[in-house]
Amino acid sequence: MTLGWYLAVSALIFCIGAGGVLVRRNPLVVLLCLELMLNGANLALVTFARMHGGEAGQIFALIVLVVAACEVTVGLGLVVAISRRNLPIDVDGMHELNG
Amino acid sequence: MSEVLFFIASISAIIGAIGVVTLRNPLYAVLALVCHLVALAALFLLLRAEFVAAAQVVVYAGAVMVLYVFVVAYVGGGDEVAAGSTLRILGPLFAIAVAIELFIAMLGTALKGINGQGAHYKLGFGTPEHIGKLFLTDYLLPFEVASLLLLVAAIGAVVLARRRRGLGDDDFELARLLSTPRPAYTGTIAEGVGVRKVLEQLEQAHGGAMELTAEREGEEK
Repeated sequence: MTLGWYLAVSALIFCIGAGGVLVRRNPLVVLLCLELMLNGANLALVTFARMHGGEAGQIFALIVLVVAACEVTVGLGLVVAISRRNLPIDVDGMHELNG
Repeated sequence: MSEVLFFIASISAIIGAIGVVTLRNPLYAVLALVCHLVALAALFLLLRAEFVAAAQVVVYAGAVMVLYVFVVAYVGGGDEVAAGSTLRILGPLFAIAVAIELFIAMLGTALKGINGQGAHYKLGFGTPEHIGKLFLTDYLLPFEVASLLLLVAAIGAVVLARRRRGLGDDDFELARLLSTPRPAYTGTIAEGVGVRKVLEQLEQAHGGAMELTAEREGEEK
């Protein structure tokens, strides 16, 4: 299996995630689609690590995993705060910070 | 063999990704993401990244997804609102454009490694031993920064999700109860010592071990 195939899969996953972030309006699903994008990038990083025979790419992938976990924690905290205030669970409703 | 595994894993990863985007119920979207993550871990294994694959399954498909399921259950599925008409058309168009751009970038690249099977690697490539050694030597600073980031995120989540409404009706009742003066020695060591003394006196009077209920009766007397 040449490594180009892995990169193709990672690009597809990234684009599916990007489309989902734009189309969906439930913040929970938007977070899930962000996870998809991060995972696509992760697959590319691990593929490059295999390509060069070094482990730096895998280290980078693990750091991305940590960042994704942090993003999930804060994002889900925001979702819980939104539902506590009985606001609609809708990303388009949160536009008070618009300029 | 590895080709077959690759196609099975990659097709289920892509199906899982499409499921996340298209399924209406957020709970089913989370389950589709779990399927996607497990398939991705199989791809990591094919790329000789054993530790990343294990971390993916344990941390992501295990812990983070449980958090998601909890929040979905807490918030409730909710009736999904359809996206605005402009984004509904522009979003997929943008995704397809990015996909075409990425494919052009990959196919047109002059990187020789892309068409190969990968470089030669040392024995133990991607094992926890090697990764851990690198984290504690060459990549110590990213490791520490990651731990700091996790701490900040944990505090941030608590701050975000805490209740800000102030005191409710029940809380006022509790505050009133707490502010009323209690009998002397309540909740102190002296109280405990006093109770013990009463119990001893009762034991001497009755000549035997007293039940715990007798302790309270003796206290009242």
